[in-house]
Amino acid sequence: MECKRKNEKSKSNSTFPDEVLELVLGMLKSRKDKSTVSLVCKEWYNAERWSRRSVFIGNCYSVSPEILTRRFPNIRSVTLKGKPRFADFNLVPANWGADIHSWLVVFAVKYPWLEELRLKRMTVTDESLEFLALKFPNFKALSLLSCDGFSTDGLAKIAANCKNLTELDIQENGIEDKSGNWLSCFPESFTSLEVLNFANLHYEVNFDALEKLVSRCKSLKTLKVNKSVTLKQLQRLLVHAPQLGELGTGSFSQELTPQQCSELGSAFKNCRNLHTLSGLWVATAQYLPVLYSACTNLTFLNFSYAPLDSDDLAKLLVHCPKLQRLWVVDSVEDKGLEAVGSHCPLLEELRVFPADPFDEGIVHGVTESGFIAVSQGCPRLHYVLYFCRQMTNAAVATVVQNCPDFTHFRLCIMHPGQPDYLTQDPMDEAFGAVVKTCTKLQRLAVSGYLTDLTFEYIGKYAKNLETLSVAFAGKSDWGMRCVLDGCPKLRKLEVRDCPFGNVALLSGSRKYESMRSLWMSDCKVTMNGVRLLAKEMPRLNVEVIKEERYETHQARKVYVYRSVAGPRRDAPPFVLTL
Amino acid sequence: MSTLSKDDNLVLSSEDSSCPEESELELGLGLSLSGSSKDFPSSASSPSSSSSSSPNFTAGTKRAADSLAANNRPSQVVGWPPLRTYRVNSCNYNSHTKSPEVFDSVAEKKKRHLRSSLFVKVNMDGIPIGRKVDLSAHSSYETLAQTLEDMFNESTTVITCKGSNGEDHGIIIGGERHSKLLDGSSKFVLTYEDKEGDWMLVGDVPWGMFISSVRRLRIMRTSEANGLGPRLEENIRQKSKPI
Repeated sequence: MECKRKNEKSKSNSTFPDEVLELVLGMLKSRKDKSTVSLVCKEWYNAERWSRRSVFIGNCYSVSPEILTRRFPNIRSVTLKGKPRFADFNLVPANWGADIHSWLVVFAVKYPWLEELRLKRMTVTDESLEFLALKFPNFKALSLLSCDGFSTDGLAKIAANCKNLTELDIQENGIEDKSGNWLSCFPESFTSLEVLNFANLHYEVNFDALEKLVSRCKSLKTLKVNKSVTLKQLQRLLVHAPQLGELGTGSFSQELTPQQCSELGSAFKNCRNLHTLSGLWVATAQYLPVLYSACTNLTFLNFSYAPLDSDDLAKLLVHCPKLQRLWVVDSVEDKGLEAVGSHCPLLEELRVFPADPFDEGIVHGVTESGFIAVSQGCPRLHYVLYFCRQMTNAAVATVVQNCPDFTHFRLCIMHPGQPDYLTQDPMDEAFGAVVKTCTKLQRLAVSGYLTDLTFEYIGKYAKNLETLSVAFAGKSDWGMRCVLDGCPKLRKLEVRDCPFGNVALLSGSRKYESMRSLWMSDCKVTMNGVRLLAKEMPRLNVEVIKEERYETHQARKVYVYRSVAGPRRDAPPFVLTL
Repeated sequence: MSTLSKDDNLVLSSEDSSCPEESELELGLGLSLSGSSKDFPSSASSPSSSSSSSPNFTAGTKRAADSLAANNRPSQVVGWPPLRTYRVNSCNYNSHTKSPEVFDSVAEKKKRHLRSSLFVKVNMDGIPIGRKVDLSAHSSYETLAQTLEDMFNESTTVITCKGSNGEDHGIIIGGERHSKLLDGSSKFVLTYEDKEGDWMLVGDVPWGMFISSVRRLRIMRTSEANGLGPRLEENIRQKSKPI
């Protein structure tokens, strides 16, 4: 059922009837293309808005549900992102906002046929989940990433009431985990599930209910279970669902008899469509070989919660020649990364997470040599997230020489302000090499001891840069100004603990209207500077998060973003909207 | 053009935004445990050196960078390294390989287990009935202190616990919210028993290390907290000024 156009005269010279134009424009897949065609002329704008079925809103406060539903009457799928990204790292206080409920209330009226909701960094309560489950009869797909405010009770409501649910994807949320009973709330008659991800939930689910669910949902393609599922249980699940494309294992540690081990190996072997593997959690190395036969067509291996060592990883990677994306923990060390370089020539994305980010134990982790080793073996590498404790300018230069196609380069030298550990120079030349060589660079995160020179380089060379994350870096306002002046495609700038002040902030006044958002925390910005920005640019939302312990003239946490919805009306008392 | 008040002229007057000493000091690392912290986290060094030396983090100064590099620990800066809370909590448990009594006995030497909860007893002097708190629900001393504050809701008493940089961080239990320490009347300190049976002051070591060695907590009367460390006694002496 759709909203039909009523009384809209198209006084045009077009040879296409409206319906045809709508159909054609509706076939455009890319968001950017859709936006572009809507700007051609009024007729195309209208056709495009009627044809639109899915919408992506990168900042929930940039638009209101009323404005959204007015422009796009026929939406089935909504993706919303809420809090600034640094909320993931506890820099944004609780109850800041980005609550989904006000959106759902409007959607219940305007988009009763809503099918998909994908939320990132939003606050979602159990009440909202219940509302969603009851008010949207055609609801199919729910994905919650890095959200907070809900508990497993809310999930139970979804399971019990969404008769057409195809996707339930719960990832890394601040969820109140009360029990595993929610899974038992799927009715016996329910068979439509295609994606189920509860890997990050804590409590044991009723395995019998899970097994029955998996066996009756014949279209299940993605199953990611949590740690409570044992190897024996996993084997039974795999027998029911050999068609799986994505599997997240439970805890990989359990004493198995040889017979059980062999059965598990067979079960994995039968999963011929497996392209994505994750989980492991507690990796008992002796059972990793059961995975080998399933790895032939593997393109994505997410072992970012599995503290493997270099030997275990190397033995596994021999069986993963088609690997394109790899997420690991730095317990694999440089030796493990050498194995990556040796066995995974098709690798495009590498993420290395720290096993021990606060240096509690004797840590080795990965170094610049692991990074170089991967770049030597994997020329197609274009996405990297690398947490390390030491790096050199020369190493980074070598890496980008081997892999000039980086689109995402996120390097986190974990000790703030650390220089090149061999030369003691700033890491300016490293990032200079990155931006000079990698002309396609879209996203950059810098770290280490950096002067303004890094930012001069970024402003001069990073012409495709869209997202920049900066922490504990720079020398003066000049640095930030270089970036704001020099990067035409910049959309998101997030800065913390840098000596950038009002001059820097105000130098970007005009620019912020072409960006999604700016975040500056613990820099040198004052309330006066922020007020001035708000005055100069009335169409920007300029917000300051106030925290009692700081002096009143400092603006410690500043969030600036463009919006057509005007200043927030739901701001809590600690958020000043200027 | 735009006008700024006098205090901003200093910033506008030159490209190099070097500010007066005070604001430079305040450009700390935003350590959550003490708003007035000026010291760079130096949890590797002894308490006395961390208070006397002030390796201020002035970005761009090589000397400061050297002292940071010398410390070589990411330590307890808020939100750093940039990892989601879920992952950080998982990481904390990886360091538990050193404290088998806190672990499941199934733990083997090589394997690192991810734990689910870590309940420890909390007793407060003067209150006969103890409580239990789940340390795994926290990733910093601050949130723990807040929780304890809620649990032991009394009228205007203050718990003192140290931030990991050595600065004192007072939490009010009940009553009005005052800023940090009440002058001279913090009656309690937060202490813990470690796996060796010693009673230690909470806040000296990085959170992860604390988690791996804590057995139980005690909110102790300051008057009884003698011998917990020269620094604490110094603090007690400073605070108990004659009226």
